[in-house]
Parts: sequence; C-alpha cells; structure tokens
Amino acid sequence: MTDDPDAAQSRYDQARYVEDGEYEPLLSEKDQTRVEIGAASDAGDDDGTSPLPDDLTRDALELPELSEPEVARHYTRLSQMIYGIDSGPYPLGSCTMKYNPKFTEDVAALPSAAVHPDRSEGSVQGTLELLYRLQDYLARIGGMDAVTLQPPAGAAGEFVGIRVAAAYHEHNGEGHRDEVIVPESAHGTNFATAALGGYDVVSLPSDDEGRVDLDALEAALGEQTAALMLTNPNTLGLFERDIAEIAEMVHDVGGLLYYDGANLNALLGRARPGDMGFDVMHYNVHKTFATPHGGGGPGAGPVGVVEKLAPFLPAPRVREREGTSKADEPVYERFDPEHTIGKVHGFDGNWLVLVKAFAYIARLGDAGLSDASASAVLNANYLAEQIEYDVPYGPFHHEFVASAGEQDAADVAKRMLDYGVHPPTTKWPEIVPEALMTEPTEVESKDTLDRLAAAFNAVAAEDDDTLADAPERTTARRIDQTSAARTPRLSWQALEDES
Amino acid sequence: MLDAVGAATVDDLFDIPSDVQFEGSFDIDARTERETRRLVRSILGRNDDQTELLGRGHYGYYIPSLVDHLADRSEFLTSYTQYQPEISQGFLQALFEYQSLLVELTGLEVANCSMYDAATALGEAATLADRVRDTTGHRVLVPDLLREERRSTLANYVAGTDLAVETYPVDDGNVDLAGLEAAVDEEVVMIYAENPTVRGTIEEHLGAVGDIADDTDALFALGSDPVALSLLERPADVGVDVVVGDASVLGLPTSYGMGLGLFATREDYLRQVPGRLVGASEDATDRRAFTLTLQTREQHIRRERATSNICTNQAWVALRTAMHAAVLGPSGMVDLAERDVRRARDLAERLDDIVGVSAPVHDRYHLREFVARVDQPARAVADDLEDLGFAVHVVGDHEIQVCVAGVSGDRLDRFAEALEEVAR
Repeated sequence: MTDDPDAAQSRYDQARYVEDGEYEPLLSEKDQTRVEIGAASDAGDDDGTSPLPDDLTRDALELPELSEPEVARHYTRLSQMIYGIDSGPYPLGSCTMKYNPKFTEDVAALPSAAVHPDRSEGSVQGTLELLYRLQDYLARIGGMDAVTLQPPAGAAGEFVGIRVAAAYHEHNGEGHRDEVIVPESAHGTNFATAALGGYDVVSLPSDDEGRVDLDALEAALGEQTAALMLTNPNTLGLFERDIAEIAEMVHDVGGLLYYDGANLNALLGRARPGDMGFDVMHYNVHKTFATPHGGGGPGAGPVGVVEKLAPFLPAPRVREREGTSKADEPVYERFDPEHTIGKVHGFDGNWLVLVKAFAYIARLGDAGLSDASASAVLNANYLAEQIEYDVPYGPFHHEFVASAGEQDAADVAKRMLDYGVHPPTTKWPEIVPEALMTEPTEVESKDTLDRLAAAFNAVAAEDDDTLADAPERTTARRIDQTSAARTPRLSWQALEDES
Repeated sequence: MLDAVGAATVDDLFDIPSDVQFEGSFDIDARTERETRRLVRSILGRNDDQTELLGRGHYGYYIPSLVDHLADRSEFLTSYTQYQPEISQGFLQALFEYQSLLVELTGLEVANCSMYDAATALGEAATLADRVRDTTGHRVLVPDLLREERRSTLANYVAGTDLAVETYPVDDGNVDLAGLEAAVDEEVVMIYAENPTVRGTIEEHLGAVGDIADDTDALFALGSDPVALSLLERPADVGVDVVVGDASVLGLPTSYGMGLGLFATREDYLRQVPGRLVGASEDATDRRAFTLTLQTREQHIRRERATSNICTNQAWVALRTAMHAAVLGPSGMVDLAERDVRRARDLAERLDDIVGVSAPVHDRYHLREFVARVDQPARAVADDLEDLGFAVHVVGDHEIQVCVAGVSGDRLDRFAEALEEVAR
C-alpha cells in the first residue's frame, strides 16, 4: 500500500479554499440584497417611480450584490477548483477530450461573428459562407451527400436522424415501422433518442467478441424496423468488421442505418460512414473537431445524410445561389428542403461552436485529420500495453475498455484523482466487468501516457481500503451521492430552508 | 511506441476491412494558425456591419468584460461534465448558483442546469406535461403569434407522443382570454404563454391564464428570460408550473441564435425534470460539497426510460449567465429591465411622431421591443434602412419590429433619423 501518492511519482494538490469551515462560500453567503421594485431602483422615471404599474411587476428581487472584484475572486477561486484538459490528461472514454486550440476562441470572438439570426441573407454572406463551407467539409469527411448544422449537441443530432428516418418512411407509405434497434453496448442517448422519437427500442446483444451478433440482428430485423443505430468503432473501440453485411441486412428489410459519430475520431481519413453503407450520421464537433466541452456543453451535432434523405433535413440549410457569374463572389442563400421535418432548434444551432469547428478543420486539413486518427489509435494501443489491468477485447482503436478485476472501478477512478490525472469512464459498457473505458486521444505525448500508466498501475497495486478512502488531495473528499439524492438540495434557497 | 505495441506501422493498428477503407482525399488544405485566422476573418468580413435593432428571442445586450475574461479561464472552458465531482467543485458550485438564480427569478423550487435553447426547452416542457398529466388529454395550446421556429421545434419534440400542438388567439399583443377559454377543454395538458410576448408586449393576463390552466388540470408553461423576470410578475405568483425561455439574454453576446435553455418547475415534478441537476451534499470531512444528482432520470442510467435524451448541454453558457447576473446584482438587473421598458417606450413615442409611422401598434406596455406600423410596404422600409446601416424585423405587410436592447442612445437617435428619411 502506498500512503503517500508522492511515492508513485507525481504529487497533485488541487486548490481548496476553506472559510468558516466550508469550501468557498456561495455568492448568497457573501451577500443577499433585497431590491424593492418601483422604489429603490435608480432607473426610475424622473420622479423616481417604476415605468410599470404594480400589478405587472414582482414585489422585489433578492440576490447577492457584490463588487466586481468580489465577483472576480469568487469565479477565479471556483476555476481553480476544476480539473480541465489544460490541467492534465483527461482519458474519459467516449468523450474524446482533446486539447482545444486557443486560436479557435479568437476567431469565434471576432466582432464580425456576432450577428443576429434574423438578419437578411444579403447582409450576412460571411456567416452563410462559413456555414456552407462547414456543411461541405463535414459531407466530405463523413462521405455524406448533405449536412445540416442545426442540432446543438450529439443527442440532438441523433434526434434529427430519427425524425428524418421517420419522415422518410412516412413519405414512402411505411409509417408502420415502429422499431429502432440499438446494440446493448451503445450510448444511453441512442435508446433515449429512439424513445423520444416514439419508437420501440429493440436492444441487440453483442457476440462473444464484443461486436454486433449477426444472428441476433437477423432475428431483430423485419418490416417493422425503422433503423439500426450503430457506433463504429463501437464503445469497446472495436471496428464492426461486418459493417458491409450489416448494412445490406438492414437495407434488405427497408430499414435505415444510423451512424453515431461519437467515435469518428478513430476513423478520420481512413474510413467514412457513407462508404460503409450508413444512411444518416451525426458528428460530435466537440469531440472530433476539438471545440471545448465547457463543463458539459455547448457542443454541436451536425447531421449528414445520403441523397435520398436530404429532402427531409431540418430547415433552413445553406446553398450557393445558382446563376452567379464565375467572376463574382459566390452568393449564399438559405433554403428549406422539400420535405423538411422543420426545426429542432429555435434558430440555427450553436453558431459559435460551429465557427471553432470550421477553424479546426481548416487548420488541420487532410493530413492533420488523418494524423489525428493515427495518433489517437497509437496512443490508445500504447497506453493499453503499459497498464497492468486486463483489456479483454481487441484489436481496439482510439479507446479500450480495461477491467478493474477484483477492484471497484469507481474506487479506482477516485484514487486516480490523487495522482493528478482524470480517470477513465467507469462501469460502462457493462459487457466488461468493472469497466475502465479509456480514450487518451491523439494529443498526449509518450511522457504523459507513461505518467498516466503509472497512475493506473499505482492504483492497481493498492488495497481496497486505500481506494475506498480516496480521493484525498482534491478540493473535496469523497462526496456522499446517496445523501444528495435522498435529500435533494438544489439551490441556496433550499439550503437556507434546511438550516 | 510502435515497438511497444508490436506494430511495424500505425496502419497495422487499424482493423478496417479493405472494402470500406477510404483511399481518397477530402481536398482540404492544411493551413498555419495565422492563415486560418486570416481565412475566417476574411469569410466573416463579408458580413455587413449594421446596427441591429433585432430581438424576437435573441438579444445583444452589452456583456461586461469580466464575463469573457473569467469564463474563458481554461479550467471552465476545457473541463467536461462533472462525473468526478471531487475535482469539479468549482463548476458544480457555479451551476448550483445558476440554478439558485433561476429559483429566485421564477419563484419555482427546481431549475436544471441547462437545456439547449428556448425552443427545445419548450419541447421538453411539453414532454414533461405528457408524463405528469392527470388527464388523458393530448392537446398543447400555444399562442398563434408564437415564433414559427419555436412551434416547429415543439412539434418535433412531441412527434413521438400523442400530443398535438394547437393555437389560441392573441388580442392586441396579449392573450385573448375569451379565445383561450373557448379553445380549452379537458383534453388540454399544457397551456403556453410568453412574457414578454414575441412582439415585446408585457402580458397583462397571466393570473387569468393560470386560473384557466388550473380549472382544467393543464400545466401552465411560461416563456420568459432573466431580464424580464427581474422586473415582471413572478411566475410562481400567477400559477405557472414550468418556466422556459432563453437565459443567455444575460451572458452571451449576439451569437446567431445560439442560446441557453432555461428550465424551472415545481418540486412536485422533480423526478420528471429533464437534464442535469446539481445538488448539495457532504464530503468525507462533512464539509458541504456539490455533485450531479438524481441521475437516474438521465439517459446514461435510464436509457429509453429517461426523462430526456439530452447529454451535452449548455453548461458554459449557464456559467456566463450566472457571472453576468452576479456582476449586475439585483439592483443592476432591475435597472436593466426598467431601462428596457423606458427606452422602448421613449423610442416608440419618438417614432410615432414620424410622418408615415405609428408606434407602438399594440396599446400595451413593452419590454425592449415593439411593433411599429409603416405606411410604406414594410419590406421596402426595411431594405432602405439596411442601406443606411440598420437592421429591423419585418413582421407584417406594413409592420416592422424594433428592439432597443444593447443599442446605445446615439444609435437609437440615428435610427430615428434614418426611419424619418425612408418612411415617408
């Protein structure tokens, strides 16, 4: 047992502010000011009264009233109590936590990017051109014929895919198709999205090697099948070698094949969903194209489709206006696809994220994109080789799922925090007992991978008590999840009511 | 590293059958960082620099410098969902404070830590109504003036349920109570209204709408935003069950429609809330600590029985919104809203003096925007204004809509002069 994490090799102490026995106080504990409406505000009319009659206003607003330096210190302290990619390695499987190039923040902050969505086409040609070019980039990268940029996240992209599939079947008089097939090991969003779309979800077991079980698929497919949703490589990092046959089977019964783009980073420049027979896919630009995850979002989940599905995409899309003379700058216009499903976002999605994704792709180009997948796959294979935990399935690509064996995977993760690294995704996919789903991404150097491996291996050698007591060097020690859920306290008002 | 993994080349690590390998090229040239910046600047340079008097759900308030500088700290920007709360206390606390801000603004007990935007939050409100409804009904009622984009998004969200979206009439920019009553029956599971409305009018009948919803056991969903909520009637006081809307009115500059879905509701519906929730708990030293909680509602645990499919959300925008609110404080927030009322009123008065213009069209109080009638065709007026550097909405054959949020007094003066020039 290692008492001192220094003994492993790196010492990590996260910032921890304590005031009056508690971590950084809430804003509400610094101040609470009650502003009466109509009386106390400075902005009253000349006579000091409110511009609205009492019956249209609230009585008062009670919130913290702090100076700007106080606010700046609060958020600076909070930021120091967060671990991000810029803090250290972040091999969270399935989340593709790459380094986010800083220059993309600068281009998204250009004043010329700050335009309103209701501006006339003629006055926002720059925005429309960027959207058009990004549609085009993504179509090429995915091997798709048409792309919408509207979905604001991967799950929203899945929803567009499912709605497009529904509209397509409906259009062909096949509205009776009421099942979507999802592999057991798929992302939770696939199941939830199919259900949100009104479909019955048919769960598909894996075969002994961790891939789609073709016999089970054969049994599940039928004239009731609307679509099969698949991730490739799958969540174990394995390429679905039978993909061409799978596509044929799905198409033979009139179903559509949906590609969950969460793992596209493994394939950049080496294989394209469109060439594998997929009809519709989403791209997670916050994974594959390195836009920052921002503590949970925003992302963007553009959707690509093959030609026959293009008329059903959300409105509007952007195209080059026909008949513009070659000498002129091209003119871009919005258009509604012929049988569009309508809108899935109030405007055109997460524009600022799309600008960053465009800049990333334009920076890397062909060579950079295929280098990214090569390094991602090499890094995952190298790391797997260095760690002492068993990795039951392979050959994997950009991520692998190790098993913590007799140890509790969640405890392993907590202990890894003490070594200054972010742990992998744990306890999922369930096909691997005590799963440690690990995706180092292409950005880590060999040294960092070695350090990461040392953290895995140090924890692997430790006893259960040490793991159960972890973490000890993070801002907070192990947090009681049961108490949080049993007695929900979801606001500072709830905390005040409690005390 | 290749030696360590026993491969001769990286290509050997890829297990992709040859028939699906991609041998081609994307035809995308690599560029230096500097060249890429120049490329994007040159593309976006094709956007005309205009004074935008645009609103209708997306606003360009001035964002204090503190928000950009602190939100761009890379710990905020480059972390992901707080699955490991012990190293994520800062973000969890910021989101907890964001939830608390919304609780104060709405008077409702529970706010989640973000949906994508106002339209998708409205869609989630309808599916919530579908799950918690007492009746067997299937009708969702929305105002007939609702932005088409919101109605369409809502329609997609309920496409997988047996809910149908129908409209009720609007009278002079507010809910037509008689029309709403006539539209309501026991089949209605949700009534949606907005304050302010899409035409900028302040809704005067919220209490009555709440009563109608109560009478039929329908959920009352209200669309609003943090600036409006700082001043206007508190939703909990008028019988609102769910508040949705765009919270990024504070925190985000004009962003081509990117937003932050506000979602707050009553404690009764806690187990049916979509999206992530941050709760307080204790750590092993008994100090207060924060964590994502009640995750059994969510897709990664509950899969097809989850309350929503949302995973990635708008957390970083919620952080910005909380920061903006913290810098303003309650007096600053109330001031901002009162200024929006006063400046819209004053501009409408001024435009009303222009020959060929009457404003506001609706005899109501307004927040930050209003509709003006123009004698000339509205499209032509808007085009002429665009030539002079001003963008306005066209909302009818002879109606334009203008918004004062984020527009300086000087520019409003110049706009009035420009309209005078083109409206006669």
